[in-house]
Amino acid sequence: MSVLDGKELRIVGFLCNWCSYGGADTAGVARATQPTDLRIIRVPCSGRVDPLFIIKALFNGADGVLVSGCHPRDCHYSSGNFYARRRLEVLKQFLPVLGIDDRRFAYTWVSASEGQRWQHVVTQFTKQIHDLGPAPRLEDAEPLLKVADMALTALRPLGTGQHAALDALKAAIRAKLPELECIIGWQQGRDAAHTVPLFMRTPEDVDKLVWGPFNVCNPAVYLPSFKGKKVGVVVKGCDSRSVVELLQENLIAREDVTVFSLPCEGTLDMARVDQELGRYTTIDNVAYDAAHVIITADGVAHSFCMADCAQGKCYGCATPSAVLADERLGTPVEVTPSDVTPPELALLDAMTLKERLSFWHGQMQRCLRCYACRNACPMCVCRDYCISDSRDPHWMTQEASAKEKLFFQTIHALHLAGRCTGCGECQRACPVGIPILALRQQIARAVAQLFDGYKPGLHPEDVPPLLGYEVVEQNIHERDWK
Amino acid sequence: MSTIRFVTPDGLSAFLDFLAQNGRRVLVPVEKPAVKRSVVFEPWSAGRPFTLEKATVPAKAAVLPQCETLLSYKKTKNADDPAAVTLTLDDAPEAVPTVVFACRPCDARGYAVLDRPFLQGPYVDPYYRARRELLTVITLSCARGCDTCFCHWTGGGPSSPEGSDILMTEIDDGYVLQSITPKGEELLAAAGLADGTERFPAAENARKKAWASLAPAPNLKMAPASIAACFTDMDFWQHWTERCLSCGACTFFCPTCYCFTITDEGEGMSPSGGRRLRSWDTCMSPLFTREASGHNPRMVKAQRMRNRVSHKYATFPENWGAFSCSGCGRCIGNCPVGLDIREIVLAAVQRGAESMHEKQEQ
Repeated sequence: MSVLDGKELRIVGFLCNWCSYGGADTAGVARATQPTDLRIIRVPCSGRVDPLFIIKALFNGADGVLVSGCHPRDCHYSSGNFYARRRLEVLKQFLPVLGIDDRRFAYTWVSASEGQRWQHVVTQFTKQIHDLGPAPRLEDAEPLLKVADMALTALRPLGTGQHAALDALKAAIRAKLPELECIIGWQQGRDAAHTVPLFMRTPEDVDKLVWGPFNVCNPAVYLPSFKGKKVGVVVKGCDSRSVVELLQENLIAREDVTVFSLPCEGTLDMARVDQELGRYTTIDNVAYDAAHVIITADGVAHSFCMADCAQGKCYGCATPSAVLADERLGTPVEVTPSDVTPPELALLDAMTLKERLSFWHGQMQRCLRCYACRNACPMCVCRDYCISDSRDPHWMTQEASAKEKLFFQTIHALHLAGRCTGCGECQRACPVGIPILALRQQIARAVAQLFDGYKPGLHPEDVPPLLGYEVVEQNIHERDWK
Repeated sequence: MSTIRFVTPDGLSAFLDFLAQNGRRVLVPVEKPAVKRSVVFEPWSAGRPFTLEKATVPAKAAVLPQCETLLSYKKTKNADDPAAVTLTLDDAPEAVPTVVFACRPCDARGYAVLDRPFLQGPYVDPYYRARRELLTVITLSCARGCDTCFCHWTGGGPSSPEGSDILMTEIDDGYVLQSITPKGEELLAAAGLADGTERFPAAENARKKAWASLAPAPNLKMAPASIAACFTDMDFWQHWTERCLSCGACTFFCPTCYCFTITDEGEGMSPSGGRRLRSWDTCMSPLFTREASGHNPRMVKAQRMRNRVSHKYATFPENWGAFSCSGCGRCIGNCPVGLDIREIVLAAVQRGAESMHEKQEQ
């Protein structure tokens, strides 16, 4: 019999085998009265609880999820709950960006002897969920489309980079060419207003190298596929952070990679450029001045001011010069970092939870699941073995629902926790322009807040925060939850 | 003589209202506002804004949805005989009468490509047929070429009627609609639009102008043989696919790609029953050919791209007499790393021509 009046809600509990499950048993043996909304799933350790379990439960009809494990320092496996604490706290801070109330998820510690505490935890949490009521469903939310405000001010002057020491860079690359398998950079694409990645193997290839605001691709994405071979890579500041993050995770070896860099003055948001150009047959000319790119297409000149048309990430960029380089050409530009909220995230920050749910419903509908976002991501290193493609474990179905598609985005975002350098390739790659970067940005912000301003991809020796723990966490106060 | 009608820009909504009669689903291009704007086909309802721009996503889903339920089934236990299970199965195709409005000639030619394997082969696909028979295609001819478009390379053009039931052409004061098939004629005759015969020369002029805007097309007559000859030249494919990311943007946004995968979800005994789903698959993914044993005949992206290009420009023409590419250019424009299928085809043709030349010299 329920101690609560009214209808039961669906609450899923993940309980560690050694402590909380025993605690629940103790409460049961002691005949402590408890609400019956909770469905318990026993797991070996709270460290076994993948944050995606919780998201999946919440997406598929749970009104609340409770995770309970051994008290810190009491873990049967010594450190499982320390890792869990970091992961679950990041998740808790991530949920609101999806439009899910973070009070629908809680994690706590209950030992096997604490039957009374278990009774208190369940009663409190169930009451909290009942106060919130049944969880709103993504598929019921009225689709809402809103556009991020791109009228932004950059931390540094944005320019066209046409005075960069490209010739010196080419000379440096030519000198290194005999030692390296290849060097990755950019070359002109289908016309002078588009670039594509370039793989330099011969001196003639080096002649094709270009530098400027059209160099949008992140060449670091190719590095893990050259593992074990000596390669070079030409980077912008943002790309260099991906290289460093790959080094931090031992996905590439320092001695195998030679990094060439020039200071970046910003890159163009090609979506807005292409939109302004419209349907054209030929690019007649691309001209530059210090702050503008002038593209003449079919005889019509279009002027793009770098300060207005740069990629969203360029405005808040504090690393225009590579954070790590073997061959550094040009004068490094120093920028004082500042906590600027990126435009996509600012858009979501201004919404209520209900609006965010509507927003994602509206946005994800047009996703075709081409996974360009995943494959363009330099940190997506599972490559051919992504769990979204797996049938066993069966994380996802092939259904084309907004819920399924958003679930994939949460997989990507959560797997990037503490790893995403914000290069924005996922969003740039999306053919239908879904602002998915906001999910990664929220994760990055949560990680920075929890772990003393930690930013991935700055120092090769840093341990990514979710690969470690502190016995006493400075910024996580899970015990305050009664 | 085909039926020719005229509609003013203001009259389009009323025309769409007419099309939506009798329970017909009308798919119109709808703009999705975002920093990176996109245009997708969505069902029309009165008063809804629409656009006549070329869609980012082709209207392929009208006949081949991203995901469809092939069959659903349910198992129920018999109360009197617990060992007996009653199985109910529903495999009726999900098909509603549909009009695709204002797709482009490349999209319409996509339907003609899809018809070949699904309807004209030894096995007719009942799900595809059900939707195709209920489909009417109203195509808006293109006013001009564009840098990624190459429809005229593949046998089409900015006013190609292939695959369309009605061809619509923009002129100064509105749109001239010309019926192409009896189905289109019937629909147009019932639409209550003004006669457009007088304006037809203007439409023909507009079409000629569009053709004139195109850059000359290369001769692709030798493409099937040249690409087939490249098959074992892995250096060729590796060179051209080095920057490929192995995502599915090229295939999922293609009006002619039709590969699918079939998966089962749920189970008969569960309250919601079991479902067999058919969903788009992409040959760019290693999973596409991974066998149950773990062996994968196309382990590397060069092999997968070879399959994609060969299928479109060599094996499909061999089997069906036409390229399975309508030159819409979406694979080029949507590729995150700007991979251009035109470059690969031209390189293969050139390679073929060179080897032919060498043989002649010997």
